[in-house]
Amino acid sequence: MDDDIARLGRLMKTGEGDEKHDPSAYSTLDVIWVLYDKILRFDPENPRSEDRDRFVLSKGHGPLGFYAVLADKGYFPPEELRHFMTWEGILGGHPDRNQVPGVEASTGSLGHGLPMAIGMALGLRMKRRDRRVFVLLGDGECNEGSVWESVLLAGNLGLANLTCIVINNHSSTRDLGDLAQKLGTFGWAATSVNGRDHAAIEAALAHTDERRPAAVVADVG
Amino acid sequence: MASLKTAGAADTMRDQMARTLEDLMAHDERLAVVLADISTSQLKGVFRAYPERTINVGIMEQTMIGVCAGLAMEGFIPVAHSITPFLVERPYEQLKDDFCYQRLGGNFISIGASYDYSTEGMTHHGTGDVPILRTLPGMEIVVPGTPDEFDTLFREAYADGAPTYFRLSARRNAEDRPVRFGRLDVVRQGSRGTVLAVGPMLDVTMAAIAGLDLTVLYCATIAPFDAETLRANATTGDIVVVEPYYAGALVPDVAAALRDRRTRVESIGVPRAVLTRYGTPEHHDVALGLTPEGIGARIRRFLDA
Repeated sequence: MDDDIARLGRLMKTGEGDEKHDPSAYSTLDVIWVLYDKILRFDPENPRSEDRDRFVLSKGHGPLGFYAVLADKGYFPPEELRHFMTWEGILGGHPDRNQVPGVEASTGSLGHGLPMAIGMALGLRMKRRDRRVFVLLGDGECNEGSVWESVLLAGNLGLANLTCIVINNHSSTRDLGDLAQKLGTFGWAATSVNGRDHAAIEAALAHTDERRPAAVVADVG
Repeated sequence: MASLKTAGAADTMRDQMARTLEDLMAHDERLAVVLADISTSQLKGVFRAYPERTINVGIMEQTMIGVCAGLAMEGFIPVAHSITPFLVERPYEQLKDDFCYQRLGGNFISIGASYDYSTEGMTHHGTGDVPILRTLPGMEIVVPGTPDEFDTLFREAYADGAPTYFRLSARRNAEDRPVRFGRLDVVRQGSRGTVLAVGPMLDVTMAAIAGLDLTVLYCATIAPFDAETLRANATTGDIVVVEPYYAGALVPDVAAALRDRRTRVESIGVPRAVLTRYGTPEHHDVALGLTPEGIGARIRRFLDA
């Protein structure tokens, strides 16, 4: 576990230049690593395979940790990280699905990822496919009205193939209170974990509920 | 003033939308309809026939568009529908980011064009839709003038892989034109100049120019714009554009199409003003000068200047 994070940290250092979003990149690193290493079904050779699980980084800023995980898993050569946010590169300050293999949705403006993830989960349900959809939000992002629209919708629809991760690095200007409890009242199977504890993250992400969407609030202090 | 034909209950563009969707959904399993609480009764048949590919998300328009994008990512062809400001202005950023930026195909069908909801105040007016959508790269914009034209144009464009906006209005023309997606239709040719009439403005424009020897081009697709047909029919360099929303959305396309020619343009449409009166759409037309008499006078002044 520590070795993995150290290796990813070295990869991230090859892609410097986003100091403003640095804390954001590190706050998501453990969760995204566990997701790709233990939970998601995917094939880097065939990034849009119908058999894959889907992951949407709704909180698109600070994507360097995400890029490092994608490179480590073989979606693109790690050398690409050297071109992070440069004219020559494909890795922007927010991820672009049309340029970066493995990126499902182009994000950057907050509050867009969860509605899109709901559409994907609904689409999979319509196609009768049993793949899962994961979407990662930040706690600050939870100030957006569209987040709460879609929290209400997914809970009402009982989208059991959807898991929403909220990385809580306590950056929200507004006090969100107990987020897991709030999501629970909207009809989600919600739990809180230590966002640096890989075993706890894995157990929480592996869990699905038969009738409800799942939410994992990952506290990273 | 000459009366402008308004659709009866049995033959509105919205009724046609329901018929078109119900028919297409039977043949195309990729089509999915997403509503935000508007037109649920008009689309009851579609929802009953295809419960798995229809969803009313409730009053959450940003989420409606985002959900459509997610469906498009999964291979579906989504159709979102609401009243113009709630389909275009409130979730404008979702149209930009979730469709144009992602390069996804989808269809957005509005109801309540300009001041169709004449008694409801500016919150329910849809006069800015086409001008602001025209700023989005890749967004196709269709303004049909009759229910049948909507049917024809929707069938042509709905599965073309681009985001496409269909502007439905209560106002309509009396007769269908032989429309084709992305093409201007030459209604008639004349010698004094060229009038470009958009969608439901054709009838009022024809009444306005009675007795004038003008070329008339009918425009039911704003984007992509048919510059070729305009060039072939802009013989004098005098161009009049008559649009049913805020005036001027087409002017940059007209200027680009005729950039190497001396051209004068008269742009007629809804003026940018906060409309505070109620009454009927015809009351607003009179107040804004969008009657055959008002439009005709402006065109005559322009040609004689």
